[in-house]
Parts: sequence; structure tokens; C-alpha cells
Amino acid sequence: MSLAMNAPIASYDNMCSHDWIDAPHSTGTSIMAVEFDGGVVIGADSRSTTGAYIANRYADKLTKITDHIYCCRSGSSADTQAIVDVVVYNLNFHATELGEAPLVESGAAVCKELCYNYRDSLMAGLIVAGWDRKKGGQVYSIPIGGMCVRQPVSIGGSGSTYVYGYVDANYKPGMTQNESVEFVKNSLALAMARDGSSGGVIRIGIITEKGIERHIFEGDSIPKFYEG
Amino acid sequence: MFSNNIVENSYDPFQMYKKKPETASPFNFVERSKAPVTTGTSVVAVCFKNGVIIAGDTLGSYGSLARFRNCPRIIKVNDNIILGAGGDYGDFQYVKDLIEQKVIDEQCLDDGFSLKPKSLYCWLTRIMYNRRSKFDPFWNNFVVGGLQDGVPFLGTVDKLGTAYCDKIVCTGYGAYIAIPLLRDAFEKNPNPTEQEARDLVVKCMEVLFYRDARSFPKFQLAVITKEGVSIEGPLDIKQNWEVAYVTQN
Amino acid sequence: MSSIGTGYDLSASQFSPDGRVFQVEYAVKAVENSGTVIALRGKDGVVFAVEKLVTSKLYEPGANRRIFTIDQHVGMGVCGLIADARQIVDIARREAANYKSQFGVKIPIKFLNDRVSMYMHAYTLYSAVRPYGCSVVLGSYDPEDGSSLYMIDPSGVSYGYYGCAIGKAKQSAKTEIEKLKLTNMNTKELVKEAARIIYLVHDELKDKNFELELSWVSKDTNGLHERVPEHVFLEAEKSAKQAMEADSDSDTEDM
Repeated sequence: MSLAMNAPIASYDNMCSHDWIDAPHSTGTSIMAVEFDGGVVIGADSRSTTGAYIANRYADKLTKITDHIYCCRSGSSADTQAIVDVVVYNLNFHATELGEAPLVESGAAVCKELCYNYRDSLMAGLIVAGWDRKKGGQVYSIPIGGMCVRQPVSIGGSGSTYVYGYVDANYKPGMTQNESVEFVKNSLALAMARDGSSGGVIRIGIITEKGIERHIFEGDSIPKFYEG
Repeated sequence: MFSNNIVENSYDPFQMYKKKPETASPFNFVERSKAPVTTGTSVVAVCFKNGVIIAGDTLGSYGSLARFRNCPRIIKVNDNIILGAGGDYGDFQYVKDLIEQKVIDEQCLDDGFSLKPKSLYCWLTRIMYNRRSKFDPFWNNFVVGGLQDGVPFLGTVDKLGTAYCDKIVCTGYGAYIAIPLLRDAFEKNPNPTEQEARDLVVKCMEVLFYRDARSFPKFQLAVITKEGVSIEGPLDIKQNWEVAYVTQN
Repeated sequence: MSSIGTGYDLSASQFSPDGRVFQVEYAVKAVENSGTVIALRGKDGVVFAVEKLVTSKLYEPGANRRIFTIDQHVGMGVCGLIADARQIVDIARREAANYKSQFGVKIPIKFLNDRVSMYMHAYTLYSAVRPYGCSVVLGSYDPEDGSSLYMIDPSGVSYGYYGCAIGKAKQSAKTEIEKLKLTNMNTKELVKEAARIIYLVHDELKDKNFELELSWVSKDTNGLHERVPEHVFLEAEKSAKQAMEADSDSDTEDM
């Protein structure tokens, strides 16, 4: 199984063969989430590949768990969709039982439990982000292996490896909502420019107390950087 | 009718539907499945006259990528136990949750007793050995420190369930780099004070930062004495690069 | 009792013709025979106080406690058959641990109350079981949601309270509690009041010996449920005894 995320160097064989026949459908991806005062900004590219073939150029990797908790998916499309389905079911049930919106921490814990218990058979790197009344905007990173840590800013997917430096250099604690959106856009644009498995449009979600506000940036509205 | 092998080495229109032989690759997750993913590196620990110190950096490595730089892996278990861990961070979190629930169960009994370091150490040897016997080990090195009835205790368990106690315990690269330094120091001064032990551990963390490519210049340092537990950090490693000027051509 | 001999009180799974479940009512009687338990909910925490009746001088002090810790942030006071109550305590602890392992955060007491209530209610539905002969009081403090207090009775019904009392002297205890301005009080004041009320409602003629139990969960304990520290306990007990003496003095004056 070759997934863009884990096979950074494409072989000649990989490029020329008909890998779209048997390569697994994966979200070789760039995803990102940032906490700001009052909410989170989440973002993702829209490319979904089977090997080098772009199986879906409009993929939506920002997936709803509850009204105030979203999940950025990277890794195998099938695995991450299956995980999210289970988590959505569990959290909706939990919400009715609880009589209020689940905490982001709980959403992350349920995702983690699955990712950890089935770590031997899953290929999933998730970022769970959202807003709750107790802790406001929160971002939890759940990489392959099923650990779970809260981060003020988190990046994931194959494209993220190209922009760690950019993110470290440009993240400032206490950014506003608009600054966070620009930061996510720029980071994703850079990641998509360098990562063959990422591309298409930039999908952004802003989650606050009011719920999610979604944006799409395509073509000319994607920030441009040095292309030499 | 449609023989696709009329001539040897000819173009095979069905080639694309045939399964290619599996090739061994470090990225094949079925093969890699039971190996650590996000990892912590060395843990350094020493006993001193009336307590124990455990130190470890705060990095969660993702292969060679320094991915998570705020991963605390020294924890307070209760008022008389501290625990340090290296290896897979997901496994560590799992075991940590087990231990925390164990401590709560103990508190609920409300009988005035609490878990002692030797008991936790022994319990850890059992769960580690149990999992390795299922060929699905917890990919960790654990270091348990504490006061057992007022006497400093220090022990370690690895992923195979191999366990021992000593006045000096280091895991990972620390076993190669910090232990010789500590042995040398303990030979000269077998019963260091808290301050002396602390300086030693800090020195070891510095050297480990120089020589361990999976290390990080921020670390936690936990001290346990009869006064209680203190976990400090993240502390910065003081670095010295003076030799660079000497080695300049 | 009018129900005796009618045959409708033999099973929890059968109604009487006027729509009652006698087994449940008998279980409530079991609770009413027990030492008084009160819980007070102030502005920043909950205090539990128990009059634990000691029926023999041969018992060790501190045995058969009636206040339990369910999770670090939840306390439970129990009233009624102690063996039944321990089962409820165990169930509540399992619920709390299970919630934490599933959802990664401590159990909200509202949810815990729902679960334990459902569990107790289930034992009022079948002929093969008898209802629990105990009532329990659950209390907790949360930095965001403040303090909360619930009481569950043997029927599985529960309510949220500002202050509640169950057991032998619940009536007189309730009257005392109603005099307090609970929402303005902190836990230090509540502990003294709680101790005073327990001493006040204790009936020395019927029950000679008792042990006072006090615990709290509040802002000052960082949201942890714990027995009150010894010095606080002794002080509360002392002022309770003083209040009793002052009370009896005034009684004699009246005469």
C-alpha cells in the first residue's frame, strides 16, 4: 500500500504504472487548524488521490462531527470516513443523553480511542477542532499511532512536512480570527504548491459559538509565493 | 480466446488488473504496525540522599521530525510516586490513563493508604510482560521513582517486561551516554545531596542533547522527597558550543 | 398498614389497585429508619454531614462509613441499608470511571445522577428483585457550572436540591436547613451549620451513640471531594456541641 503521506519519494514505477487501479484512495493531504480567542480556524486542500491520479479534485476533508466539532482528515479516505462515521454516531448519542453539546475534548477522546485501539489496521491522521462553552476554541492532534495532544496550532497530512518552518516562523499566540484565516490560507497554499498529493481549492472553516462559517478559496484567491 | 500471452514479453492489456507482488517497505503499515510512531527519547533518573530525581525532554518525535514539542512525559502519580516514560507516546497515554484510574480507585477506598512505588513498579512489570507475551508490547520504557516508607526507590521496566532497580536508571540513549557519566560521579560521591544530584541530571540532559538526534533543549525535571513532589519545567538546556571556534579550519 | 394481607405488596412488579407499588414504599421505610444524612449546597461547594448511628460500643470507630468518594470531584452520602448503598456506590464509581475512559473528561454530575437513577429505578420493575433500601445524595463542584446537589430515592426518582435531608430526622433537619440562606454561604460556614443540625436532630433517647461524618467538595478543595480536615472537623463539632448546650440552657430558662 503506498500512500502519498508515507511514500514521499515517488518511484519511476509509481509514476508510469497504472497505480490508479489498485492504489488505495487516500487523502494525501494538507490540513491545518489554529485556535484563536473565541474559536478555531480549520483548513484543508481538496485533492484526493489514488496513487498519482487525482480521484477527486473537490474533496471535502473538513468533516462535521457535531455542530461545533469538526475533523480534518488525512490518510486513507476509507479509514478516516469510517472513523468519523462511528464518532458521529457516538457523539450524537452522547449529546442526546447529556442534553447538551459535547465538549471538543470528548470528541477528540472518542476519535483517539478508535485510532489507538485499531492503530494496527488504520491509516488515519486526524485533527479534531471546535468550540465548546468550557474551553472555547480547541485543537487536538491525533496522528497515526493514536496519541492525542492539544496544540494551539496543528498541521497534518503529507503537505504539512513542507511548511513546518513556515508555521513555526509565522504563528503568533493571540492572533485574531482574520489573522488566523490568513495564516491558514498562506500555510496551505505553500503546502499545496510543494506537495504533489495536495492541491485544488483551499477550504476554510471558522468555528465559533455561532457554529461554522465556511469559505472556499480557488484559483486567483489562493495566495501566491515564489514559484521559481 | 483472449490469451494475453501470445508472444513472450508482448504488451499485456490485462497487466494493469494483475496484482503486483507485495514489496517489503518500511512504509508498509501492516509490517510497521507494532512499532512506535510518536516517540519520546531518554529518561534520566538518580537517587540522592533523601529522594529521587527524574528528567526527560518534552519532544514527541515523528520519525526524525520533531513534531510535538510540548509532550510532557514525567508525571506525578501520587504524593509518593513519580513516573517517567520513553517510547511510543500513544501507549504512554494509555498506560497513564490506567494508572490514573488506579489511583482514583485507591483514593475512593479512603482507607488512609496510597499506592507505593514498589507496588506500581511491580504492576508495571506485569502489564509489560503480559503484553509482550501477546506479541503486542507497550512500546515504552518506564521509570518509577518515589519514596517507599521514606527510603528512595528507583526502578525501570522496558517493553519486554525486563526490570531492575538501581540508584541510577537511564533509558534510551541515556543508557549509553548518561549512565557512564553518572556512574563516574557516583563513584566519587556515592551519596549526593539533592543539589548535587540535580546538577548531575541537568548535565546529563545537556550531553544527551548534544549527542541524541531525537532530543530537544526543553525538559521536565521531577523531584520527590518527603516534602512531596515537584515537577518543574519546561526548563531550558544551557548549551555550550565553544569548541566550534577551536575546531575551525 | 392497610396494604398488609391484600397480597399486592409481595412483588415490585405488581401495582396495587389504587396504583401504588408497595415494595418501593417499604424500601422508603428502610431509609427512614436510618441515621440522618444532610447535604448543603452553598455558593462555592457542597457539604455532606451524616449522623452515623453506632449500635454497639464494641464497634471500631470509623467503621461502616456513610460518605463515599465516587470520583475525585463527586461525593455521595448514603442513607438506609448500608449493604444496598455500597452497591449503588460501586455502580456510581463504575459509571464515573467508564465515562472518563470513553469521553476523556470527568463525568458531569447531572449525567451521573441520571445513570444512577436509571439503575435504581430498574430495580423497581421486576418480580425477581427488590428495590434498593437506600437513598443517596450526590454532590459536586465544577469551576464552570458551580456546585450541584442531587438526591435519589429508592423509586429511582431524583431531584436537584439546594439543601436536602434524609433519614430518621429528615423533617426537623429540613426545617433547620430552610432557615439558612444557602446560596450566600461558603463551605466553611456550611460545615458548621451541617454539624450543628446533625447534633440538633440527633435523638439521644432513642439512639445513644453516633459518629458525625463530614465531607465537602468545593472551590477551596480545587473541586476535589474529601473528608474535612481534622481541625475543621473538631471546630465544627465543638461549636455544634456549644450550640446544643446554649439551646438546652435556654430551654431550662423557658421553663
